[in-house]
Amino acid sequence: MSVANNVRKNPTDIKVSPRLAKNLKRHFKERVIEFILMMAALSAVFTTFAIVAILLYESFGFFETVSLVEFFTGTQWTPLFEDAHYGIMPLVAGTLTTSFVALAVAIPIGTIAAIYLSEFASHKAREIVKPILELLVGVPTIVFGYFALLLVTPLLQKIYPDLPSFNMLSAGIVMGVMIIPYIASVAEDAMRAVPMSMREGSYAMGATRFQTALKVVTPAAISGIVAAYILAISRAVGETMVVAVAAGQQPNLTFDPTEGAATITAFIVQVALGDLPHASIGYQSIFAAGLVLFVLTLTFNILGHIVRKKYREQY
Amino acid sequence: MINATTPIKAESRDLNFFYSNGTRALKGITMPLYENKITALIGPSGCGKSTYLRCFNRMHDLYPGNKYEGQIIMHPDNTNILDNGVDPIEVRMRISMVFQKPNPFPKSIYENVAYGLRVRGENNKRMLDDKVEEALKGAALWNEVKDRLQDLAFNLSGGQQQRLCIARALATDPEIMLFDEPTSALDPIATANIEELMSELRNKLTILVVTHNMQQAARISDYTAYMYLGELIEYDDTDTIFTRPSRKETEDYITGKFG
Amino acid sequence: MNTKTKTNKASVIDNLDAVRAMIQRHKRNDILFASIGLLAIMFGLLTLLVLFLDLVMDGYPRFNLQFFSDFPSRRAGSAGLLSAWVGSLLVMFVTFLTAVPIGVSAGLYLEEYAPKNWFSDLIEINVSNLAGVPSIIYGLLALGLFVYGLGLGQSILTAGLTLGLLILPIIIVSTRESIRAIPVAIREAAYAVGATKWQVVRDHVVKYSQGGILTGVIIGMSRALGETAPIITIGALTFIAFLPPSPITTTAPYLNFEWLSSSFTVLPIQMFNWLSRPDHEFHINAAATGAIIIVVTLLMNGTAIWLRYKIRKNIKW
Repeated sequence: MSVANNVRKNPTDIKVSPRLAKNLKRHFKERVIEFILMMAALSAVFTTFAIVAILLYESFGFFETVSLVEFFTGTQWTPLFEDAHYGIMPLVAGTLTTSFVALAVAIPIGTIAAIYLSEFASHKAREIVKPILELLVGVPTIVFGYFALLLVTPLLQKIYPDLPSFNMLSAGIVMGVMIIPYIASVAEDAMRAVPMSMREGSYAMGATRFQTALKVVTPAAISGIVAAYILAISRAVGETMVVAVAAGQQPNLTFDPTEGAATITAFIVQVALGDLPHASIGYQSIFAAGLVLFVLTLTFNILGHIVRKKYREQY
Repeated sequence: MINATTPIKAESRDLNFFYSNGTRALKGITMPLYENKITALIGPSGCGKSTYLRCFNRMHDLYPGNKYEGQIIMHPDNTNILDNGVDPIEVRMRISMVFQKPNPFPKSIYENVAYGLRVRGENNKRMLDDKVEEALKGAALWNEVKDRLQDLAFNLSGGQQQRLCIARALATDPEIMLFDEPTSALDPIATANIEELMSELRNKLTILVVTHNMQQAARISDYTAYMYLGELIEYDDTDTIFTRPSRKETEDYITGKFG
Repeated sequence: MNTKTKTNKASVIDNLDAVRAMIQRHKRNDILFASIGLLAIMFGLLTLLVLFLDLVMDGYPRFNLQFFSDFPSRRAGSAGLLSAWVGSLLVMFVTFLTAVPIGVSAGLYLEEYAPKNWFSDLIEINVSNLAGVPSIIYGLLALGLFVYGLGLGQSILTAGLTLGLLILPIIIVSTRESIRAIPVAIREAAYAVGATKWQVVRDHVVKYSQGGILTGVIIGMSRALGETAPIITIGALTFIAFLPPSPITTTAPYLNFEWLSSSFTVLPIQMFNWLSRPDHEFHINAAATGAIIIVVTLLMNGTAIWLRYKIRKNIKW
């Protein structure tokens, strides 16, 4: 055994037959390839690490000037003004408000669409609709920004004449429309995963489709459906272009969706569009804002994955 | 040997069944189900016995393209339950089913049993409590679960889950109960429990059971039908089938020469 | 107990009319919900249609060749997309060269090589986490790392690398999924004739999963084409009235890499730029650009979905 180990450890010290030498060379090549592939896989780890490192590093500079207390409790966010204030609250309020409007649109419609697709639609209809939903998920968000600013806002202004041209309501609604296919698709997957035997059990009791869908399939798929909601929240919070175009650029501490307000993402875009000197406090402020955004979305993503894993274990 | 005075609860008349891919799974089956008796369907896998059973509560309607031909008449009202004018839901309210693998819902034990009643719009708490208790007693499960009715049904053992499914089916007072290989996923002790339960249920309702296990058919059933390749080869009372079958094919299957 | 059973018994046959009425009532709920469900689905689908038609109608005056051959301009009527579509093409080229080799290699490693331990768990958690990171965060990463950290500036190279990292998870996941569909028996058959691991991977695993990998690559590239936020974040200029130096030259060595460090603009940025102007004339340009972006991304995604459908249908292991 120990001899065999020696051979492996010091292949060059030992005279080997040409065939064995070829084997060793081949073995070496295999190891090199494996190493290269491993480095590629590690790029994912590296990227996460780099994101965290950059956000922390630049934020660190920011927090040398700004106290954590002011950051989290201040009610004004004006890092680019002469009289600078660094309270993140207004941006968080804008982010939460637009996200809330989006989810208020997307969760009911997305869930109903998922139940319909999974329990009511014919196989053929599902085969057609599912790919179209996937197509919708792929529509670039800047296009939805156009939609919000130039189609939905004017439409809403006909109902509420006082609505400003930049408002969170319109941006939120369009963001919701954008998220519907995502929720529908993920929730439908969860409902499809419910075994057919459970549906048969319900139908055998004389239940209708609606009763089966509502009382058996939905509860059985609930963790998958909830995971879809949580991941949708993360999307809404991180969404940039729709809010940057349509919700306004002014930080505004309000939860009233009929007002305009900047979100965390819209603020980053606004600063990036200007010409800020590297390492200035304004430059650092977008990283601090980005760090908050990253932590928020990461929390929702992890939560979503935990919940989703739970339903995968169930069946 | 068949006792002519026993009333017939239901009967299939020249029943054919076609799956959506065109396969003819049942070929002209005519057979009675006697009231308050257990009828067993035996035969090699793929012979159509489960297909036949599932015709009785129109389970095949759940999948598009399946087609019935012929009749299943229910007595005493002489309804052809395969008729297009008859709602499958109405049929399923009269004929309940227990499946091969226990399939409790992701709900509490109580809600599982109450499900059929709730589906019928019953929400009276007292009524539900009574019915749930009665059904659980009827399924010989009451003593094991009476202190934990709000527990999730998934926490029960396999045999308990299957008895829960029987309680669920019992709670709505069906006229006929269908059992599709109800013990194939259970261990011998749980199997014995279920078999005993079925024998007791015979006093209250009519039972049709599919089984892959000939001993089981011999132990519990009053009548036995042997099916092969979608055809009913022989139907008679159980004793006759197992001791003096009139068809050679049946004898070969019973004695293990085939299947 | 038996008497009680009898009194409680509300068997269907004795109340057939009442039962039928109830079933009808319940079935009305079915129909009601089915209608609402259909509406919900149609809502989603019609939105896409309305959105597209709106863009096409608004942008209609710009659908001519000049729109593609003109540079942006201060006058909306004569402004065009030339620098934007050339920029998009070059950025996508860099993105492709970054994301595809790394993504496919990573997918191969995770499926074929990685031992099932904390190490592969770590990578896996990172991949699924990255897929959920908002795109603008990638922009911040690029701003800190590529633009200033590595001094690559606001260049095509920076944008291409950024989008490459962004779509990496998409390519890794689709690579893994298509590899997973290959049965172990195929690998065993190859090993049985004496192939090394790499030979098995190269000649069989990669070969049979090509279609699935391609699907992921197309979806990833289409995502990259439409991404706006990370490109804005790295500070890409939005008024670019010139083209990057050509990658191909007439003199030896016929290749030129200066374009990599050139400033640039891309289609979605150009659209955003026009969209944020108050003048309505520019909104027409934005609409036309939006219509073009939608058509291209839908075509790409449509191809990918069709491809996947065909693979699923054709290959039966």
